[in-house]
Amino acid sequence: MAVPAGVARLLRSQDFRRLASCWAIGLVVDVMTGAAGSNTAPTAGLAADLGHPRVLVFLALGTVLWLGLTAYGRRREQVRARIQLVSTNASRLMAPPRVRYPALVGVLVLAILAPQLVNVLLPATKVFWQQVLVDDVGIFVLLAIGLNVVVGFAGLLDLGYIAFYAIGAYVSAYWTGALPVQPPFHLNPFWTFPMAVAAAIVAGVILGAPTLRLRGDYLAIVTLGFGEIIQIVARNLTSVTGGPQGVGYLKTRTVNGQSTVVARQLTVPHFSIHLLGINFDWTLDNVPYYYLLLVLAVGIIVAFRLLENSRVGRAWTAIREDEVAAEACGINTLKYKIMAFAIGASTSGFAGVLFASKNGFFDPPIFSVQLSILVLVFVIFGGMGSIVGVIVGTAVLQVLPQSLRHQFPQQDLFIYVGALLVVMMIFRPQGLIPSRRRSRELGLAEEGVGGADAMGAPGTAP
Amino acid sequence: MTAAPPAAPPAADVRDPILSVREVTLRFGGVTSLADVTLAQERGEILAVIGPNGAGKTSLFNCVSGVYQPQQGSITLRDADGQETGVVGRKPSRVTGLGIARTFQNIRLFNALTAFENVKIGVEARQHTGPVGAMLRLPRTRREEGEGDARAFELLDFVGLRARSNEVASGLPYGAQRRLEIARALGTGPQLLLLDEPAAGTNPVEKVELEGLIRKLNAEMGISVLLIEHDMRLVMSVATRVVVLNFGRVIAAGLPAQVQHDPTVVEAYLGSAP
Repeated sequence: MAVPAGVARLLRSQDFRRLASCWAIGLVVDVMTGAAGSNTAPTAGLAADLGHPRVLVFLALGTVLWLGLTAYGRRREQVRARIQLVSTNASRLMAPPRVRYPALVGVLVLAILAPQLVNVLLPATKVFWQQVLVDDVGIFVLLAIGLNVVVGFAGLLDLGYIAFYAIGAYVSAYWTGALPVQPPFHLNPFWTFPMAVAAAIVAGVILGAPTLRLRGDYLAIVTLGFGEIIQIVARNLTSVTGGPQGVGYLKTRTVNGQSTVVARQLTVPHFSIHLLGINFDWTLDNVPYYYLLLVLAVGIIVAFRLLENSRVGRAWTAIREDEVAAEACGINTLKYKIMAFAIGASTSGFAGVLFASKNGFFDPPIFSVQLSILVLVFVIFGGMGSIVGVIVGTAVLQVLPQSLRHQFPQQDLFIYVGALLVVMMIFRPQGLIPSRRRSRELGLAEEGVGGADAMGAPGTAP
Repeated sequence: MTAAPPAAPPAADVRDPILSVREVTLRFGGVTSLADVTLAQERGEILAVIGPNGAGKTSLFNCVSGVYQPQQGSITLRDADGQETGVVGRKPSRVTGLGIARTFQNIRLFNALTAFENVKIGVEARQHTGPVGAMLRLPRTRREEGEGDARAFELLDFVGLRARSNEVASGLPYGAQRRLEIARALGTGPQLLLLDEPAAGTNPVEKVELEGLIRKLNAEMGISVLLIEHDMRLVMSVATRVVVLNFGRVIAAGLPAQVQHDPTVVEAYLGSAP
């Protein structure tokens, strides 16, 4: 079949290709949001979605997307040309990092008022949202800033991060007497923090010392395996961990539709302070937990921020950029990698204690590999290496699905979150609020100067 | 400085060696990269290692800096008190700690960091702040930060890059990147500095600057320099002595002028007549 030259050129042009992709995306969304097929007539859904006039609406939406993308592309070219002009004329000056105190105070005030804002703005669902703030945002922010040390600062891919969270939770359960094996003496949950952190650090060093000699991908596999091992041990070592029943659950037996409690296992107690006349007990109310988390998180954030801009933080950056050059600068790369790994692990263990004491009960499936991946997604989405970015990324990705849960069917929800991530990685691979160093690295990789791999192995010996 | 006869073992007449390489052999599978290499460097001298491509110069550097572990032989560093330490078997970071710093043939700066940060990472090789100190900002951390900043600026001044300290390393001109890499290496507080083709890819003006810098760090800081270089004009003008490698063997050693006219050296560079 002969195609006129003009049409052929049009079909090959980039604009047309992009338009076709946008239409394709429109059709996929059409099918996704439309009627579903059934087992007996698997194509019925497709036929109903594509044969309906609604298809035109989605094609129109595709066209709008195309227009937007084209305009965005043009604008980006203009900006790039201008940057080129500036960078060839003047030297690329980098101002030393400075802290924007007004913005910082604003964010802190907002964080302090968050539970009250929920009270005022969403009175009907305030308990739910306060729980989201604690269970989904607070604890995961802690997890994410810990993983950010490993992935963002040191450039190590850790897929078994949640294993340390599990270790923290189980160590806390042990020392508060909630496990089948009893400790020599019972501790207040607060005193289990050092125990859990120590155990997580030890586990991190034991895992890290032999495996951190490996480069990028291999390390990811080993940590993935470690995560699985911890979960399986928790499930199968029944005499120690309580096995698949988990910690703190009631053991019931159902006879003739009547369930009776056979054995009541102790839950991990809530936090409490009885010190120098101060008495406070954390109970089922979420708000006190929120403030406890806020205080701890602020402390950890300040500490990690100082760490990032210290000798240790710079050593990690050096390792991430060029391991050979870092060694030549006297940096013991293995030691610093283990250090990053252990600091991340300890944060994870710390969060595990909070989780255990807040919930009181938990079982092994919670500590799944998916949860490790989820935390990694928060870090990448927010902006690897940027503490602020990681916090914002976690908050956005945790709150968004919860706020959309009535608009979309539950089983489809994560398709949209996934699509958001894909779009994000295409158009803003450095994350929501990237760290300056990281975005410079990505920029250099695009120019072909630096190591292109943001996360894996840096350059090898010449 | 006494002149060594071209064919004699070069280690014989060095009185106060800072670096002694003895019978070092390095093989990769069946390929012998260095065969029985023996050389010694006098404290305070600028020793140039020359030779055709593939002669084993960079392999020698990688052995001295701990990147490669030779199968045979020993490499010892002798400090001013006469204390000798073996290099073989130590990690590159430990070798740097002993006082041997290096630059790379194809510049390896931390490209996304500023010139200042690059040098500061070098300076921090001699500091002790750990993660706890950094997170709590203990007094020692504060003191070391201040000292590190001051030293880094001093070194940037020394190599003439003070005015560009806030620029991103990858944005600097080639010659400036070479000098920045030297500043970073000086930051680690070396007794011996290994320069791997510092003049490669630089223009004539930058070469002159570089020559001045090598002389200056040798004279003012008292640092011994082991230099690999292809640019003969630079070698002849800065080197105290020259060692010639070919096919992984030392074929000549001596004063620059002697080596230049040595028939074996000429043959190695130009090939023998059939």
